[in-house]
Amino acid sequence: MTFVKDQNEMRKVYCTLLSESAKTDDRIVVLEADLMASNGTKDFFKNFPERAYNVGIAEANMIGVAAGLASCGKLPFANTFTAFATRRCYDQITISAAYTNLPLRVVGTDPGLAAEVNGGTHMSMEDVSIMRAMPNMAVFEPVDETQFRAAWDWIVSYEGPLYIRLFRKNTTKIFDEGYTFEPGKVSLVKDGADVVLFASGIMVAEALKAAEALEADGISAAVVNVHTLKPFDSEGVAAWLKKCGAAVTCENGTVLGGLGSAVAECAADNCPVPVKKIGVQDHFGEVGTLSYLQEKYHMTAKDIVEAAKAAIDMKK
Amino acid sequence: MISDACLQELNAKARDIRVLTLEMIGHAGKGHLGGAVSIADILSLLYFKRMNVKPEEPRWADRDRLVLSKGHAGTALYAALSLRGYFPREVCYTLNQNGTTLPSHVDMRKVPGADMTAGSLAQGFSAAVGMALAGKVDSKSYKVYTIVGDGESQEGQIWEAAMFAGNHGLDNLVAFTDWNGMQIDGTTDEVNSLNPLDGKWESFGWHVITVDGHDIVALDAALDEAETVKGKPTMILAKTLKGKGISFAEGKVSSHSMAYGLDEVAAEIAKM
Ligand SMILES: Cc1ncc(C[n+]2csc(CCOP(=O)(O)OP(=O)(O)O)c2C)c(N)n1
Ligand SMILES: [Mg+2]
Repeated sequence: MTFVKDQNEMRKVYCTLLSESAKTDDRIVVLEADLMASNGTKDFFKNFPERAYNVGIAEANMIGVAAGLASCGKLPFANTFTAFATRRCYDQITISAAYTNLPLRVVGTDPGLAAEVNGGTHMSMEDVSIMRAMPNMAVFEPVDETQFRAAWDWIVSYEGPLYIRLFRKNTTKIFDEGYTFEPGKVSLVKDGADVVLFASGIMVAEALKAAEALEADGISAAVVNVHTLKPFDSEGVAAWLKKCGAAVTCENGTVLGGLGSAVAECAADNCPVPVKKIGVQDHFGEVGTLSYLQEKYHMTAKDIVEAAKAAIDMKK
Repeated sequence: MISDACLQELNAKARDIRVLTLEMIGHAGKGHLGGAVSIADILSLLYFKRMNVKPEEPRWADRDRLVLSKGHAGTALYAALSLRGYFPREVCYTLNQNGTTLPSHVDMRKVPGADMTAGSLAQGFSAAVGMALAGKVDSKSYKVYTIVGDGESQEGQIWEAAMFAGNHGLDNLVAFTDWNGMQIDGTTDEVNSLNPLDGKWESFGWHVITVDGHDIVALDAALDEAETVKGKPTMILAKTLKGKGISFAEGKVSSHSMAYGLDEVAAEIAKM
């Protein structure tokens, strides 16, 4: 299989989608906390100055303002790096957005290891875990441009609060143009029978590479993209667990409470089968290139292959 | 008071900090240049005249402390620490390389001489207040210095800490605002104005001094003045130029984070 990068950066796609929707949907308001350039919304600020506000370096306030806007019928998109978008204002999101169940969008960029050279202080390993633990909050991580575009109508129309975890640069192309996004349902990337690799975000490409390598060893591996961590597709995940009887989870973040936990919880509830978790193993991040960190933290295709074999062995 | 010889020495150190910062980021290929070189003069004065520290014993309990709350300017702090003898110059050139001990944001667990970790803006400032409070509780004579950004000062946490420090009369605490008037998305006035900054700090119970942040004599005099103030923390509003001293960065919002290589470094050093 050959992997190609998507043509556009995800932040560019984001700004285009926002701008297109804003033409007909006047609820849309964009908020930034001094990271407009990084998050790619500069053009929105230029084109919709009366609907774009930079609150300065004040993330907690940004969330509160967004909640107020949402309570008055607006659809605010509040953007900053994942670390600041979630843990820095967790209580503001919990109370003002989730407890109130207001329709606002918190968009975190540079998830997990993607913060690269910004280092440990900027690496949100736990954002999926903590956002998933919040009642009412939906959690979505688009895997590529095609899926992001396909999900956009749902993103705009979803009635509650929604956290979007966005890789801001060019992603590896995973889905073809014919892809249909089903809200709340996992997306099949590659069929298989011996083991299922559940993956999200940048780890979908690693899982695909792993599946290819496993195929060469005579092991049939399915790759299933869990783009929506909440509401979690228990039915869909359980069906795959039943079909394959062993699973590996692959996520760009901590294995404590994230995709790995969600799948393991689903397995325990529905069909106990071995679940191996690839991801950050309960430690902080550090500066480094994405590939260096993936290697160091055992988050590459090679590691997924080993985990898959171990999971299959446990079936016996 | 500063003698002429001392002033020459401190200005030379400030230049050395700028050059080393420029080189480190050049080796890394990109980095937070503007807000690092804008505090070079403050760092020179602190580490080469004012601060009571022992580079051979970085965790010495009675040392003066510096919390660089605007942790993205860590490169300049690392340059100053290295020049002061905390670690060899070669280590500096590993900035942000895979496996380095010098990450872009200040890390107290990795960098000898760094007193607090920072990077999530405004948290360092509260920690500096806590260090000053500990000094009071333990009747220690050490001083706590801290540097915050003007953009950083938009965070509510800055003002929570300011109110607390003012109410507790922490006169062993001296803060600097690197008042370069710029943040990432524009000037601070464009994004979310802080004015009047002096009035704000005064109303929070601080002694406020406004100086040219590149004038070491004026900065030193401000620190002398701070020593005479009892029962109040001091805020030195240091008017600075983002990118100061680097021709391709000076006065530019884009200097916040810049990509350049060793050719640009060589050309710049030749100009100096
Ligand atoms: C809580 C938090 N929000 C956002 C950022 C991203 N960020 C890093 S530096 C910066 C701008 C800082 O501006 P200022 O404090 O004026 O620094 P200086 O001009 O001295 O570089 C921002 C928004 C961060 N590091 N921490
Ligand atoms: Mg500034």
